[in-house]
Amino acid sequence: MTYSKADYPLAEKHAARIKGTRGKPLSDLTLDAVLKGVVTIEDLRITPKALNDQADVSRSAGRPRLAENFERAAELVDVPQDLIMQAYELLRPGRAKSRDDLLAMAKTLRDTYKATRIAAFIEEAANVYEQRGLFSKRY
Amino acid sequence: MEPHALRKPQIAHRLVAMDKPTPNRWKRFTDWDERPLRLDKFAAEDWKNGFSAFSSPADPKPGIELAGGKVASLDGVLAHDFDMIDRFIATYHLDPAIAPEAMAMDSAEVARLLVDMHVPRETLVRLAHGMTPAKLADVVSRLNALEIAFAYSKMRARKTPGNQAHVTNAKDDPLQLAADAATAVALGFDEVETTMRVARNAWSNAVACAVGAAVGRWGTLFQCSSEEAEELLIGMAGFTSYAETVSVYGTEKTFIDGDDTPWSKAFLAAAYASRGIKMRCTSGAGSELLMGFHESKSLLYLEARCLCLQRGMGVQGTQNGGIDGAPLTATMPGGVRELMAENLLAVWLDLECASGNDARSTESEIRVGAKIMPYLIAGSDLICSGFGSILKYDNSFNPSLLNGEELEDYLVLQRDFEADGGLTPLSEGKALDVRNRAVDALAAVYAELGLATATADMKASVVVASGSDETRSFMPRDVSLISEEIKRRSITVIDVIKALAKTGFAQEAENLLNVVKLRVSGDYLQTSAMVRDGKVLSAVNDPNDYQGPGSGYRLSAERRRDIMGIRDVLDQKEVLRSEALHEKDEAANITYKNLGEARPGTGTTDIVIGISPAFGLKLFQTTAGHKLSDILKTMTEAIAARGLTPRVVRFRHTADTSFLGLSAARLAGSGIGIGLQAKGTAVIHQKDRLPHHNLELFSNAPITKLEHYRTMAANAAAYALGEMPEPIVVPTRGEAMGSRYHARVAMIYAIETEMTAEGQSPIETEITFKGRRP
Repeated sequence: MTYSKADYPLAEKHAARIKGTRGKPLSDLTLDAVLKGVVTIEDLRITPKALNDQADVSRSAGRPRLAENFERAAELVDVPQDLIMQAYELLRPGRAKSRDDLLAMAKTLRDTYKATRIAAFIEEAANVYEQRGLFSKRY
Repeated sequence: MEPHALRKPQIAHRLVAMDKPTPNRWKRFTDWDERPLRLDKFAAEDWKNGFSAFSSPADPKPGIELAGGKVASLDGVLAHDFDMIDRFIATYHLDPAIAPEAMAMDSAEVARLLVDMHVPRETLVRLAHGMTPAKLADVVSRLNALEIAFAYSKMRARKTPGNQAHVTNAKDDPLQLAADAATAVALGFDEVETTMRVARNAWSNAVACAVGAAVGRWGTLFQCSSEEAEELLIGMAGFTSYAETVSVYGTEKTFIDGDDTPWSKAFLAAAYASRGIKMRCTSGAGSELLMGFHESKSLLYLEARCLCLQRGMGVQGTQNGGIDGAPLTATMPGGVRELMAENLLAVWLDLECASGNDARSTESEIRVGAKIMPYLIAGSDLICSGFGSILKYDNSFNPSLLNGEELEDYLVLQRDFEADGGLTPLSEGKALDVRNRAVDALAAVYAELGLATATADMKASVVVASGSDETRSFMPRDVSLISEEIKRRSITVIDVIKALAKTGFAQEAENLLNVVKLRVSGDYLQTSAMVRDGKVLSAVNDPNDYQGPGSGYRLSAERRRDIMGIRDVLDQKEVLRSEALHEKDEAANITYKNLGEARPGTGTTDIVIGISPAFGLKLFQTTAGHKLSDILKTMTEAIAARGLTPRVVRFRHTADTSFLGLSAARLAGSGIGIGLQAKGTAVIHQKDRLPHHNLELFSNAPITKLEHYRTMAANAAAYALGEMPEPIVVPTRGEAMGSRYHARVAMIYAIETEMTAEGQSPIETEITFKGRRP
C-alpha cells in the first residue's frame, strides 16, 4: 500500500507492518530478545521497504526531494559499507581519473544491487565533472 | 573655570611637572576600552573582498529562463556556463511548473506574504520551490530584523521548538561525557552532539555519550562529529542516531577545496538514510569567505545557493546561521541580521533548521543575549546547534554562544518571556542523581566488556565536577586505548545494551534499545523529527500551523510550570519562614512595651522614631540583615548623645516611610521625627513639611550600614537643635537594587500593610534592650 502523512508515524500507526532486516516485527525487538541473542544488530537495520514507505509519506507531505533521497537510500541498503565508501570516495573531487571510473562504479551498483537511481545519479555526476574539469589530480 | 585655550602655558607646564598630564580624551572612552565588547573586532563593509552581508554589486539579478521544461538560464547564467552548484540547483531544486509564477512575483510583495499571518506557510513553501537563490535572497533582504524573526516563527517546519547540546570535555574523559550527557538529557535537550580533542577517541566518546544519554528517559538523539567515513561506521555500530556535519558551500571552488561536490554530498545523504541515520547538512555565512573563494558575492546570496542545493539533495534539514562563520559574520554591518535571514531562508525552503547560535560570536554578554532573543521568542527546531551544556574550556567545538556558565541565564530568559527554549530547570538533587547513575552505568559497561576500570575516586570526582579541571579520571591517552579497543573488537550498541542489562541497568538498556529501534521504521528520518515522551514528533505530525495569535506553538500549562521552576524562587511563606528564624533571636535582645496611645510631646527636646506596624512583631531584620534591635539601639543612643530624648512610637495607620516620618515629626516636641520601616528604609521629617518633602532619606536599605543609621539619628538631633548638618548619603555603585531586593521588599511590605488600618492610633512604645550587656 502507499502510505500518506495520515499514516505517520508508521511505528505507531502501523506497528505490525514494520519489520527489521530479517523480518522480525517491531514488537519482537525487545530487550529480552536482545539478551537471549535472538535479536542482533542485523534486526535493527532499516529496510528498503521502510525507506520507500517513508518516501510515500514525504511525497504526501509535499516533500518530493526528500522522497527521492529516501528512494536512493533504499537502493543502498544492501550495498556493503566498503562499496558505499568507495563510491563516495570516487565522487569526491579528483578521485576519479576519468569519466570511466565513475561509469564503472555506476554499472556495478546497477548490475549487482539494482541501484538504478543511484547509478543514474553517478552517471550524471560523471558528465558534470567532465564539463567542470574535476578529474585533475588533487593530491 | 577658565577655558582651556586661555590657560597660561607656564601653568600647564607646572601641572605636567606635578601630576600626570591630563589626557586630552573624554575618560568615558577609557572606561569603554575596558569592557569585554572592545575585544570584539569589527570589519568595514567591502564587497570586493567579500565583506557584505545582504547584497553585493557582484550578486546576480534574479532571473530564470525555461526551455523545453528545463532551466536554460539561472540568475543570469546560461545553462552552458553553469558551475556544479548552478547545475545541481537547476536540476534538483527548481520546479519548472512553479518557477514562472514565483519568479514573476514582485519581491516586495512576497516579503509581505512572509509576514502576513493570513497567508499559510504551505503557500510560501510552494513558491520557494520555484525561486532561484538570487530571488530568495532578494525577498528576505527586504525584511527588517523583527520581520525576519516573525516570519521565522511562522515559517519554521515543526510546531514544537527544541534544542541541542554540545557534550565534550578537554580530556575526552568518558566518565565525564556520560555524566554530562545524562545532565543534558535531564535539562531537556533533544539532541546531544559530541566531538573529540583526539580524533582516534571517537569510539570511546560515542559509547560514553550513548550510555549517558540513556539515563533518565529515552529519545535524545545523539551524534559523534568526526571524519565522514568514521562517523558513518560509528553510526552503523548503532551508537549514534544522527549526523549534521555534511557541509556544503556556495561557490564551486570552496566546495572543491572542502573536498566534495554536490553529488558526493547528496550520495552521502542517501548513504546515511540507507543506514537509518537521521542527517542534516551544514552551511552558513562566512564559510566561503574564510576559505578564500567568495567571488565578491554577499553572504546571504551564497547561503541561498547552499540552501537551494540542500533542498535539491533531499536532506531533511540544515544546520545554518553562520556556524563556524558566525563570529566573522558578526563583525560586519548587519551581520547578525543576516544570520537570522539565512535561517529564515532555510525554513522557507521547508528544511529543518538547527539555527546556529553555537559559536561564541562576541565577548559581550549583551550581544550574546541579544543574539539569542529572536530565536527564543520565535522558537526553532533546534534553537542552538548546539548549546554548550559544558563549560567553555571543555567545549571541543570551541565555546558556544551560550555555555554551561550561562545556562541558568537562559533558563531565566525562558521564564521572563514565557518562551519555550527547549530546556527545563534542573534541581540539585536530580543533577546528582543522573550524574551518579550515568557514571555508574558507564563504569559497569567498561568492566563488563573488559575495557577499563573506573575507580570509586574517579567516579566521585566526575560526579561533582563542574568541568574537567576538577576531575581525577581518564586522560586522553587512556581514552585512546579504550577507543581503539572498542573499534578493534567491533563492539556494537548491542554489546553495550547487554552489558547494561547484565549489570543492573535494565532501564538504561531499554532506553538505548529504543533509540536504536527508531531506525527500523525510519519515522525519525522525516523533516524536523525529534522524540518527545517516547513518540516521534516531526513536521509531518506536528506541523507549524501558525496563523496569528492563539495558533502555532503555545506553552501548555504543564510546560509553563516546568519552565517557571527555576531554583531559589521566593514566596511570602519563605519570607515569613526566614523572619521566624530571627524572631527568637530578637526576643532575647529587645522588648517592646505598649504604653497606650501616643500624645504630642510637651517639651522641645524629644525626637520621635516612628516605627512601622510589623516592626519587631512580625519582621525582625532589615533587608541589609541588621537586627531591628541594633538599629533602634544605635539611633536612640545617637539622639541621647546630643542631650535629646528619643521616643519610639508605633504607627498602625500607615506603613509608608514618608508618612511614618511626618506623623512622628508631628508627635515630636522638637518637630523632628524619624520614619523607620522594618525593612530598613528610613527618613528624617519635620512637622511643617509636605509628606514627600523630607529632610533626609535612606531609600536603599539593603546597602545601608549601622553607621548610617547612627549618623541619621545624629543629624535628626542636629536639626532639632537648629543646626544644619551635612546630609548623610548612602553611597551606591549602581547595583541593581530592584532586581536583588524588590521581590522580598514587596512581600515584606505586604506584611506591613496587612497590619495597617485606617484611623488606628499611634502607640507609645517603651523599648528595653537586654541580653547583650557587657
